[in-house]
Amino acid sequence: MVKANGTIQFTEKPSISSTGVTVGPMEKDSPFASAFDEILLVEKEKNESYEEANTRFIEKACAITVKKGHEKMENIDVFIGGDLINQLSPTNFAARKLNIPYLGVFSACASSVESLIIGSLLLESGKASSILAGASSHHPAVERQFRYPLEYGAQKPKTAQWTVTAAGFALLQKQVKNAPIITHGTIGRVVDGKQTNPFHMGAAMAPAARDTIERHLTNTNSKMSDFDVIMTGDLGKIGLNILKDMFTDEDCHVILQDAGAQFYGEDTFFNAGASGAGCSAAVFLSHIYNQLQNGTFKRVLLVATGALLSPLTFQQGETIPCIAHAIECRMEKRN
Amino acid sequence: MDQKQFEDIVEKQNPKTPMFTNMLKAFLVGGIICTIGQLIIFFYIRFFSFTERTAANPTAATLVFIAMLLTGFGYYKKISQFAGAGSAVPITGFGNSVVSAAIEHKTEGYVLGVGGNMFKLAGSVIVFGVLSAFFVALIKTILVKIGVVSW
Repeated sequence: MVKANGTIQFTEKPSISSTGVTVGPMEKDSPFASAFDEILLVEKEKNESYEEANTRFIEKACAITVKKGHEKMENIDVFIGGDLINQLSPTNFAARKLNIPYLGVFSACASSVESLIIGSLLLESGKASSILAGASSHHPAVERQFRYPLEYGAQKPKTAQWTVTAAGFALLQKQVKNAPIITHGTIGRVVDGKQTNPFHMGAAMAPAARDTIERHLTNTNSKMSDFDVIMTGDLGKIGLNILKDMFTDEDCHVILQDAGAQFYGEDTFFNAGASGAGCSAAVFLSHIYNQLQNGTFKRVLLVATGALLSPLTFQQGETIPCIAHAIECRMEKRN
Repeated sequence: MDQKQFEDIVEKQNPKTPMFTNMLKAFLVGGIICTIGQLIIFFYIRFFSFTERTAANPTAATLVFIAMLLTGFGYYKKISQFAGAGSAVPITGFGNSVVSAAIEHKTEGYVLGVGGNMFKLAGSVIVFGVLSAFFVALIKTILVKIGVVSW
């Protein structure tokens, strides 16, 4: 079933039965806010570390997902998740509480779609029937690991993006009625556009997004206009414009969108927009999922983009290699 | 698409850094911080028994203390987003880097967390500050010895 070049066709109709999205306080003014399941009004509770708070966001999102899917946690076969913290600690610690078989995945901000692809593959193989998959990010926890202390006064350039505090998870099951199905997945390649500025991730990630989109279109024998929307994860406003310039197809101006560019609206405080594994997970699994469910969108391509850098490799003078994973989702006619 | 074409696109889409306004803002805020410092020096000379030479130390400590409060209450990063180098270069910027790291690592404990990470950002300022002070002192010593300048 694996076509050459990394596109997998899923014939068993893995469906997204339900989703759960929790976000932090900065995200409450997002244009997508009404689609989020729960908005928590503090980044962390008292006596809690930011990493513990990240874990709590994941646990909440998982609980919501399973509840909305009318399932019980003990009936879930595998939990797949990722985040941006070293050693995936928040997701590992959430898995400790969930107490179900667990696979931790890392593709930076592309972990969200990576976990959905792996989940779909597991369903396809027939070895599992219910999968909980998704990703999260937590602004203060990520910021302190990748950049500076939160209160440190460093001027952010216009190309900088704001890591969102959010967790988004989905319940994947086979052939569920009236639920969007995942028809294809395209596994990303690590693409290096030779960018070195960690405050301009959009430029670094755009070539990876282009590579994955192009391969997906070729492998599935389709063109941009076949999709209602092709949404990238977190290229940001400038990164999205760079991506559009990399395509010659005129349709790209309408069809190509970016979750990070839209996440905080036009608020200039966030500079180029949002980023983080939670950004793509939250938007894909709330707003886009709802649009598929109510029939506004029939066919979408969701491309989560991830910058595979660490503070260590950056200081050692390495460039920023990036990856983008994609899934194609469709909504079949209601019956 | 080759690397050159891609870099041209990136170049085209990159927003221009407003150099002039950035420098103006840095000059104004940096200047205001230094003016406050000067006022504190006058204060110490006027009301305490400090001389122009000795007043620098308590003044630096006072400015760091003010920066500490501003950092703790979350104002310093807002000033910095506006001022850039204007708030990073004066000693208040040094204070901010120490205090922000200390706040951040409290969750890892006082010894390994706060103590171990406090000078994570400020460490290089201290190292290269001491190093350059050494060389400046060396040059001045030589100049005094050969009689070009006096202490």
